[in-house]
Amino acid sequence: MRPPGPGCNDKNPTFPAWVETFPRMGASQECMNADQPLTTAGAVTRLAVIGLVLAVAAGGFAYLGGWLTPRALTPGSFADAFQRANGVHAGFRRNHAKGVGVSGFFESNVNGARFSKAVVFRPGRVPVLGRFSLGGGQPYAADSAATVRGLGLQFTLPDGETWRTAMINLPVFPFRTPEAFYEQLVASTPDPRTGKPDPAAMKAFLDRHPETARVMSVLKTEPVPSGFDNTTFYGLNAFRFIDASGRSTPVRWLLIPEQPFAAAGNDAASQDKNRLFDALIAQIERQPLRWHLVLVIGQPGDPTHDATIAWPAGRERVDVGTVTLDRVEAEDISAATDINFDPLVLPAGIGTSDDPLLSARSAVYSRSFTRREGEAKQPSALTSADVRREK
Amino acid sequence: MPVQFPAVSRWLHWTMAAMVLTMLGIGAAMVVSLGDYHALVSIHRPLGIAILILVVVRFVNRRLNPPPPFPATMSSLERRVATASELVMYGLMALLPLVGWGMLSAARYPVVLYGSLHLPFILPHSPRLYALLRQAHTILAYVFFATFMAHLSAILFHTLIVRDGMLKRMAPWSIRPSQKAS
Repeated sequence: MRPPGPGCNDKNPTFPAWVETFPRMGASQECMNADQPLTTAGAVTRLAVIGLVLAVAAGGFAYLGGWLTPRALTPGSFADAFQRANGVHAGFRRNHAKGVGVSGFFESNVNGARFSKAVVFRPGRVPVLGRFSLGGGQPYAADSAATVRGLGLQFTLPDGETWRTAMINLPVFPFRTPEAFYEQLVASTPDPRTGKPDPAAMKAFLDRHPETARVMSVLKTEPVPSGFDNTTFYGLNAFRFIDASGRSTPVRWLLIPEQPFAAAGNDAASQDKNRLFDALIAQIERQPLRWHLVLVIGQPGDPTHDATIAWPAGRERVDVGTVTLDRVEAEDISAATDINFDPLVLPAGIGTSDDPLLSARSAVYSRSFTRREGEAKQPSALTSADVRREK
Repeated sequence: MPVQFPAVSRWLHWTMAAMVLTMLGIGAAMVVSLGDYHALVSIHRPLGIAILILVVVRFVNRRLNPPPPFPATMSSLERRVATASELVMYGLMALLPLVGWGMLSAARYPVVLYGSLHLPFILPHSPRLYALLRQAHTILAYVFFATFMAHLSAILFHTLIVRDGMLKRMAPWSIRPSQKAS
């Protein structure tokens, strides 16, 4: 027989219900639905259901968090690969580790408003913060003309919006997907036994990725300019511009220097490990440097998902304004140091495209940013003292 | 028959339950995602702010519509634990979005909700503060998930084993008041 259970009006039973009532569960008819006590089999079944629900909840969370797929490529494993290739340099970006901050302004000529409702293309000036960099994760590497040159820019719009772009000096990118970039990073990681990358690994990579081999042969024919000042920077991926009526246009952009082209000299001719940066500092000190922001207007059918393919020559190019950089600061004081030039920080009027690199860049840059912001800062290759000396 | 929470409370509970579980799932997924990272972050930010607004509504509602008395099948210890876990979840629903907003502010990531709509920065630009809050955001999210699992376990145990109709107190539909037995 059932012992008497607690009544429904008994608001403060003196025993822990779940311990003491187990043998007589469902006992109190006044407040319980079950008339009958649970049989052992019934209790086991119900406990199994509870276990199943909890396992599904925990398993679903674990699945989403990637614990069930430890070999999947993630922002973290990407950042790890950069660290294996370059070593860990606390406080520095995992890629494009060496750089200096710059600032200035963008002056819109209103041509951009044809394609985008973004406030940045309205008439007027907006402040610009930027960072020139060299590719690779070595913050103290010697400057070399052949190294990829980077320029990150942040436009601060009058309505409080922000536009960031991270550009490099390559008109087309050698990798179509994040996976290809990762494979190349692994293939170019020095072998701990020899201290050098395994040439066979790189060859195997290029065999698997003919698009990379194709882009690299095109890039070899590109003339290399002498410095940052006369380098053309490319936005790398395609984006979508949205105008005031909602019309969407595929767009790529580039920054064309006003400074005249001169061919790069021989790296060996200079003893200065920082010669590209030192030259940039001296140039900005002499006079502000200017670039034209030029949009390349895509046509329907132009690929927006593949950064390895250039759009056909003859696509309309629209000069939408001038970027003027008139101030240079070392990383120890520049606000650009602690900015993530995430290419998907976009204002209304500029949207992402179907290029898989864009979201991956955003994810990996963010992971790199989170790591370095939590680390003790080391002095950069270019310090404020160096900047003052070059001036 | 158990006494139900007021309809507004039940609506808030299930709406926010769906939002919070979505947020925990998106949060877990986005930090390991490359291709979907941007899309997930773009949902994560406004959804977090929506939770922050709703938790204020919910807190006010709890004052206006206090919860019904606990069923007699709960011991006083269990009642205290249940109330404490509810308060922890209320706190986390407010704290997690605030920490998220704060960490984006400290990193100077624009806090974009939709299109050109964005929130102001609530903290100065500070790498240390960002690193600290970014870590806190993860830890608090794990605490929230653990609290949710405990909450779910307790409800299932009461509903299926103790069979005191615990779930019906919060059922999304109204339970017809039954005639008093005896």
